[in-house]
Amino acid sequence: MPETTEILNALVLMTNFVFVPALAYGSQLALGALGVTLVFGILRFANFAHGDLMAFGATITILITWALQAAGVSLGPLPTALLAMVPAIVVTAIVAIGIDKAVFGFYRKRKAAPVVLVIASVGVMFMLSAIVRFIMGTEERRFSDGTRFVVRALDFKKWSGLDEGLAIQTTQVITVVVTLIVVAALFWFLNRTRTGKAMRAFSDNEDLALLSGINPDRIVMVTWVIAAALATIAGSLYGLDKSFSPFTYLQLLLPIFASAIVGGIGHPVGAVVGGYVVAFSEVMLTYAYKRFATYLLPEDLAPSHLMQLLSTDYKFAVSFIILVVVLLIRPTGIFRGKVL
Amino acid sequence: MSQTGAENGAKQAGATPPPAPAAIVRKPDSPWRAPVAFAAMGAALVLVGMYQSWAVALAILNMGLVSAIMAMGLNLQWGYAGLFNAGVMAFTALGGLAAVVVSHPPVMDALSAGGRGLVLSAVIVIGLIATIAFVGTQLRGRLRSFIVFVLVIGGYAVLRPIFGEAVTAIESVDPARTGFIGGLGLPIMFSWIVGGVFAAAVAWLIGKVALGLRSDYLAIATLGISEIVIAVLKNEDWLARGVKNVTGLERPVPYEIDLQQTPWFIDAVTRFNATALDAAADAVAREAMLRQMLIDASSAFVKLAYAGLFTVVLLILLALCVRALNSPWGRMMRAIRDNEEAAAAMGKDITARHLQIFVLGSAIIGIAGAMMTTLDGQFTPGTYNPLRFTFLIWVMVIVGGSGNNLGAVLGGFLIWFVWVEAEPAGRWIVEVVSANMDPDTALYKHLQDIAAPFRLFVMGLVLLIVLRFSPRGLLPEKVRHS
Repeated sequence: MPETTEILNALVLMTNFVFVPALAYGSQLALGALGVTLVFGILRFANFAHGDLMAFGATITILITWALQAAGVSLGPLPTALLAMVPAIVVTAIVAIGIDKAVFGFYRKRKAAPVVLVIASVGVMFMLSAIVRFIMGTEERRFSDGTRFVVRALDFKKWSGLDEGLAIQTTQVITVVVTLIVVAALFWFLNRTRTGKAMRAFSDNEDLALLSGINPDRIVMVTWVIAAALATIAGSLYGLDKSFSPFTYLQLLLPIFASAIVGGIGHPVGAVVGGYVVAFSEVMLTYAYKRFATYLLPEDLAPSHLMQLLSTDYKFAVSFIILVVVLLIRPTGIFRGKVL
Repeated sequence: MSQTGAENGAKQAGATPPPAPAAIVRKPDSPWRAPVAFAAMGAALVLVGMYQSWAVALAILNMGLVSAIMAMGLNLQWGYAGLFNAGVMAFTALGGLAAVVVSHPPVMDALSAGGRGLVLSAVIVIGLIATIAFVGTQLRGRLRSFIVFVLVIGGYAVLRPIFGEAVTAIESVDPARTGFIGGLGLPIMFSWIVGGVFAAAVAWLIGKVALGLRSDYLAIATLGISEIVIAVLKNEDWLARGVKNVTGLERPVPYEIDLQQTPWFIDAVTRFNATALDAAADAVAREAMLRQMLIDASSAFVKLAYAGLFTVVLLILLALCVRALNSPWGRMMRAIRDNEEAAAAMGKDITARHLQIFVLGSAIIGIAGAMMTTLDGQFTPGTYNPLRFTFLIWVMVIVGGSGNNLGAVLGGFLIWFVWVEAEPAGRWIVEVVSANMDPDTALYKHLQDIAAPFRLFVMGLVLLIVLRFSPRGLLPEKVRHS
């Protein structure tokens, strides 16, 4: 039997390298997947431009952050970007509604096949990604300020007397807290308010909803506002946590689709669960368990190789594999979303 | 319900009462449309040659030919059958892999170091798949799932050390120069066929599992699978060096440097430029002039040789595609596309036909991928991204005219032309805008960086405009029934 400290060391190791990063990443995916799932549930097409809408929202957040920093505004230990997100959401929402009026609305009025809207969203994706690069250039940018860590590895070691350190970054805590608040607010909105209920009715059965006197234009507008808000928050949090570079958001699109589909597309709870499922699988399948096992196993059984299921290079591929497997085995997802 | 999007958009135009189907009342398109469009395209290339440089014009022509073939492959899938394949990138890369596997000389040291392990791994994998397939036919229910699960886990445990050891052995053989198993050392032209076969094989696998999905899901699934293929190519260094790239692939055409020393070539260049050379002041000036002419002419000759080869491939594939589209098979495909239920009721096997056309289209894309790697002379898995290799091809098909082979070819040329020329155009706009600015300001410096993404902007704009105002594309599909 391993000693208690060994077990504690192993647990801290897992928390530090698997649990905390996966939780933060999962929250970002969940927010992104909520946006995709809402657009899918109500406007009925897979929006390929969502990743770049996230990049656009993050871009506006960064611009406003810089303006605030220049004006000397600061939130103390918290990053200024948290404050900048609020006006950025407004700007992104206006842009999203503008895109809908200019592009998607036309096809919706003609009742075009969903696949036409998907192709149109590819066009929007091209243009948005160009606009983001126009504004930000192509290099990587960091825009987080305030305190970097909530818990430092060294402090933790000293406090606990363990061999393993635990480091928690401010951005990771903020990501999880903001996600909790946003998801709670969204569910309250969808389940308790009149507009939210109208949206769910519209998603469930469009014709019945129209007969009940629900104004479709308003529903569409509210959907875009929420999608833009979610995209801005998700994009900014991801940029805060890692760093901002325009091309990462296209790479994020597939894990986000994967999250939405795993949970059941069109189903908000599913999107959140899916986000965490994808994030934890990505991190856990590519983590090398050698040290973890060394702590727990007796010395003569200690593993000689890395005990890694997949090399770290395949991190992104994990989400695609999950996506494909779910699509093939249970295309409705965990929570039985809409069947295409 | 699975209609072609572009067609559907056009057909459902107008309000109540429902108009007669647009295909019937629409007046026939002018027969001059295609010749005029292609002539304009050629004229644009000539203009580039005259005002920019002939090297650029020929480079656009060559990649335009490759792009046209890719667009034709995608058109087969989308235009004939309405399949939303968002995994074009994977088939292009598989074609590129074929170029390496066929043309690179084998690395004997690596093969003797890890060849046995690789063969053993392959045997284990094949054996495992066969066993699982056998179990699948013999058992049912929970027992089957359990045994399959045990087999997969057990197989992985056996495979991992053998395969890992072989890979380590191969990758440690002169890693700076090789570190992979190499290829067969055959002429690279064979790889064009092999690339098609590779792509077809993978397309068959993908199609088998994913074609049951409806359009949006199929798009997402193929996009995901294409990313997996690229991830494998990037990380399996033993196969084709991964992100370390394989460079200096053999060429099907002569090298410039050899041409410049070949007597008949020097002779031809001298005769062709006789008047200019005679006007030279003295022998030294004449020599210098001739050398420069040889350099230019050899580069143009090589590009033209590629263009000739590619044109032959394009014409063969185009002829096959046009014949296929006009045959009873093509009519059946369109019938399936326009109304799956009705076609199924007529006894057509929808799944089998979809799989068939998915494999055929992907094979064409694979051929184009191998040709592209041949043209580049190198295989660089790190450069494959969905924007350039999947969605750009989509823009080509939509803009050119889905369902029309000539349209796809035109779209390939036109969109590649715009893609290449958008960057200098963006730079020109930036220059005009920033002409009177102080070069030290941050805004001026920032403006100089934005010329490159300008092409993305133009692509999006072109796609959206065509989709909205001319959803059937520049050269629309011919509607035969009346």
